[in-house]
Amino acid sequence: MDGLWFFVEALVGGLLSGVMYTLVALGFVLIYKASGVFNFAQGAMVLFAALTFVGFVELGLPFWMALAAALGVMMLLAVGIERVVLRPLVGQPPIILFMATIGLSIFLEGFAQAVWGSQVRALDLGIPDMPMEIDRVLISRFDLTAAVIAAGLVIALSLFFSHTRMGRALRAVADDSQAAQVAGVPLNLIWAVVWGAAGLVALVAGLVWGARLGVQFSLTLIALKALPVLILGGFDSVAGAIVGGLIIGASEKLAEIYVGALIGGGIENWFPYALAIAFLLVRPGGLFGGKRVMRV
Amino acid sequence: MMSETQPLLAVNGVEVVYDRAALVLKSVSLAVPEGGVVALLGPNGAGKSTTMKAVANLLRADRGEVTRGSIVYDGRRIDRLGAADLAPRGLSLVMEGRHCFASLSVEENLRVGAFTRRDGRAAVADSLDLVYRCFPRLKLRRDSPAGLLSGGEQQMCAIGRALMAKPRMILLDEPSMGLAPQLVDEIFEILRRLNREEGVSFLLAEQNAAAALRYATHAYLLENGRVVLDGGAASLRADPVVQASYLGLDADGRQTFRDPAAARPRQRWLCCGRWRPE
Repeated sequence: MDGLWFFVEALVGGLLSGVMYTLVALGFVLIYKASGVFNFAQGAMVLFAALTFVGFVELGLPFWMALAAALGVMMLLAVGIERVVLRPLVGQPPIILFMATIGLSIFLEGFAQAVWGSQVRALDLGIPDMPMEIDRVLISRFDLTAAVIAAGLVIALSLFFSHTRMGRALRAVADDSQAAQVAGVPLNLIWAVVWGAAGLVALVAGLVWGARLGVQFSLTLIALKALPVLILGGFDSVAGAIVGGLIIGASEKLAEIYVGALIGGGIENWFPYALAIAFLLVRPGGLFGGKRVMRV
Repeated sequence: MMSETQPLLAVNGVEVVYDRAALVLKSVSLAVPEGGVVALLGPNGAGKSTTMKAVANLLRADRGEVTRGSIVYDGRRIDRLGAADLAPRGLSLVMEGRHCFASLSVEENLRVGAFTRRDGRAAVADSLDLVYRCFPRLKLRRDSPAGLLSGGEQQMCAIGRALMAKPRMILLDEPSMGLAPQLVDEIFEILRRLNREEGVSFLLAEQNAAAALRYATHAYLLENGRVVLDGGAASLRADPVVQASYLGLDADGRQTFRDPAAARPRQRWLCCGRWRPE
């Protein structure tokens, strides 16, 4: 029986850490869905958001004020990116925009550290990282809170997409940007909104990951963890980001425990990428991605 | 103030160049009066769609640009605006190939058409009602994704979406493309009703000259990027060249050409013109 409880514990722990990957992957999905651009700068935006928040806290702002201020900065950043980077590149092929986001990520990494300094900061969200026991299964309180926050974010985003005028316009642009423009939807506005939403996601991811790892440069690297999630779930599907994150989180933990023991451990770090490559061979569009409504 | 004689839309000597190299429109001029239905006829590659895209400011996406001439709508130049600036001014385009938002439901498609409306929910609901009255089939399928509609229904959805912006004028690019003849008539019949009852003006690019000339009041014939003929729909219907080349009325049309020199360039695409005996 103990073996079973241990399995459940590992599974739940893995699923919850998978939620953390989902948080990062969501930012990619939003921008890819709306403009077909893989935003290389998403990881840098996570670092930028977390550094900005910690910076405001260190200036003496209370938690909620700092949160609001950081959110405001992310929205300004979105508008700025649209004006300075995206608008001059309208009509260029996606690869050009992708390269522009590489430049953007380098700029953001440098800019954030120039303003706020480059030493590692602690970020305390007031959530104790202590396990709690539910029916003989130990669960990290922090992971559970992060999962609730992520769920709230996903629900808010999907309500925004399905029930608001702007959300509808966003989906219209994702389907057919030219027809959306003809219908009077300005691309500039939509791009600013999308990057603003990605900024919000980056802020949430930055807070959760920053609280776990400390706010430091390596936060930009968690974007790499989002890559297998995206390949598994599909680049243009919110549901895919969720399911992909859960699968990656659970499978890497279980693989570490049950397979890692056989070959000497250390599996956790590369297992998601191996899984992603296997997936690419079988289903390159991802579980949910690339599905188009078609008449037959 | 707009004078009585000033057209709602005027294209004045417009020249369009693609990729800074290919001259596609050579000084095209045309006018659509308020409340008019004007047809733009011509074979494949004559420049009909390019003219429509020039008016709708969509050339930039195809790396084309208006290099000469002007486009005036409602007394103002519009050729330096963006593609999204025309719908709020009451000028809507129904693109060639429909371009519905495939994953959005029919009703969501229509509501996106009202994106720029600022006159309140009730007015938008009225427009939605009007669209559903014009196209009862859309109402039946309001919740299905537009990508699953038949070709005719997609065309209705695209026209309905244009109507949702409460336009004074609609540009229609090839509305009959790929549709069964009776469906073409059904759609043109509705356009006529919208023209008479709602006062919407239409500029209609069509290969199906027979259908277009039945419903238009005025028509322009475009060939190789030039307007080669224009006049009232009745006079174009009676024109022997148009009859032979576009309406397929006369089996030995070649003998009836009054001016063989003018007819010669038309022979090249005679085989690809649309032949639909009346």
